[in-house]
Amino acid sequence: MDWTPIWLSIRLSFITTLILLVIGLPVAYWLSLTNSVPKLILEAIITMPLVLPPSVLGFYLLLAFSPQNSLGGWLQKNFDVQMVFSFGGLILASVIYSLPFMINPVKSAFMQVPQSISEASYTMGKTRRQTLFHILIPNIKSSIFTAAVLTFAHTLGEFGVVLMIGGNIPGVTRVASIAIYDSVERMDYPAANNYSLVLFALTFIIVLSVFLVNRKLVKSPLE
Amino acid sequence: MIAVNVSRRIKTYHGFSMLKVDRVFENGSITQVLGVSGVGKTTFLKMIAGLIIPGSGKIVVNQEVWYDSAASVNLSPQLRKVGFVFQDYALFPNMTVEKQLQYGTDDNVYVQALLDMGRMKPYVGHKPKELSGGQQQRLAILRALSTRPRIVLMDEPFSALDKVLRSVLIQELKVLIKVAGITCLVVTHDAFAAGEFADETFEMF
Repeated sequence: MDWTPIWLSIRLSFITTLILLVIGLPVAYWLSLTNSVPKLILEAIITMPLVLPPSVLGFYLLLAFSPQNSLGGWLQKNFDVQMVFSFGGLILASVIYSLPFMINPVKSAFMQVPQSISEASYTMGKTRRQTLFHILIPNIKSSIFTAAVLTFAHTLGEFGVVLMIGGNIPGVTRVASIAIYDSVERMDYPAANNYSLVLFALTFIIVLSVFLVNRKLVKSPLE
Repeated sequence: MIAVNVSRRIKTYHGFSMLKVDRVFENGSITQVLGVSGVGKTTFLKMIAGLIIPGSGKIVVNQEVWYDSAASVNLSPQLRKVGFVFQDYALFPNMTVEKQLQYGTDDNVYVQALLDMGRMKPYVGHKPKELSGGQQQRLAILRALSTRPRIVLMDEPFSALDKVLRSVLIQELKVLIKVAGITCLVVTHDAFAAGEFADETFEMF
């Protein structure tokens, strides 16, 4: 069995989760603060990948980043970056596709922290940033962990977006889910079964770990 | 001296009503704030702390303008730095008793003195969820004092304490407030006995 697609999937999921942790936390915090119309529109856009067929998202990303089109052409001309049919493109697509899995639960967790807790920190002279890092984030770390794990698992299982923008290049864009499809196409059912079993086991362990970690948490005063 | 002359439209169970306050609180005084539920006592305290913006008016503290709607001045809560005891305590769930106080000051001697006063020494390593209601309330009071504020605003700060502890804590707190020259406003549904804690009474209608 060729393990490269599995490692590629894990690498893609890991990088995507890391990027989403860095950009997702501040965005989720910002969204949790108020409910203005521009924020609602942004939230709707972030939530779109949950309901949109992955192929639709993949199709538009393919169009946008194709070297024949303005954005893709500009990237290639100025930075020598090609997003379509590359691992970089997969990362970008995965980040967009998994946005709601990171941002929505973290935003809800921020909103569940009573406002008076932040207010208490402000009256003690602490800035919003200090309050975020010393009070808010430590108090929602189980939600952040859950969001990160689900983002990882979701990226591990994505197919449509990856196929549209990455294609099926061995060692570059052929992740595990594509390898399964490819094996079935070639009537190589044993290979498809191997990849499927590994993905099944991996995602089961991941989801189980979320339940185990959350089970250990003692009820906090926030609940 | 805190000179407050503000008004704000507030939402109540029976619709909107107007909250108007025009009052001067002398430096070093302890004032009990009385009034029926929903009259806006908590909103009033939060307006002084900078957590709620009054619709119009002025708040001046020792010649420093904290809020002036006409001049568009509104000092942030961080700059006002009042001590605030929240009705729901608003303790930080991730911090131990000692850490909550250290969040407000680096002076460890002062932290230990506060812990002594609140009879909280045995619980320094406990987190809020491991404390009883009365202990949580004491911690909220101590934490409000940790930044050595000139003004302390307390929203029902003694409601969860038993009679004996309440009376001991009130006596010691009063001494500390008077020695430090803190101006204190206490919202309470249960008026203090004469001379027990408050020097003055401010009744809101």
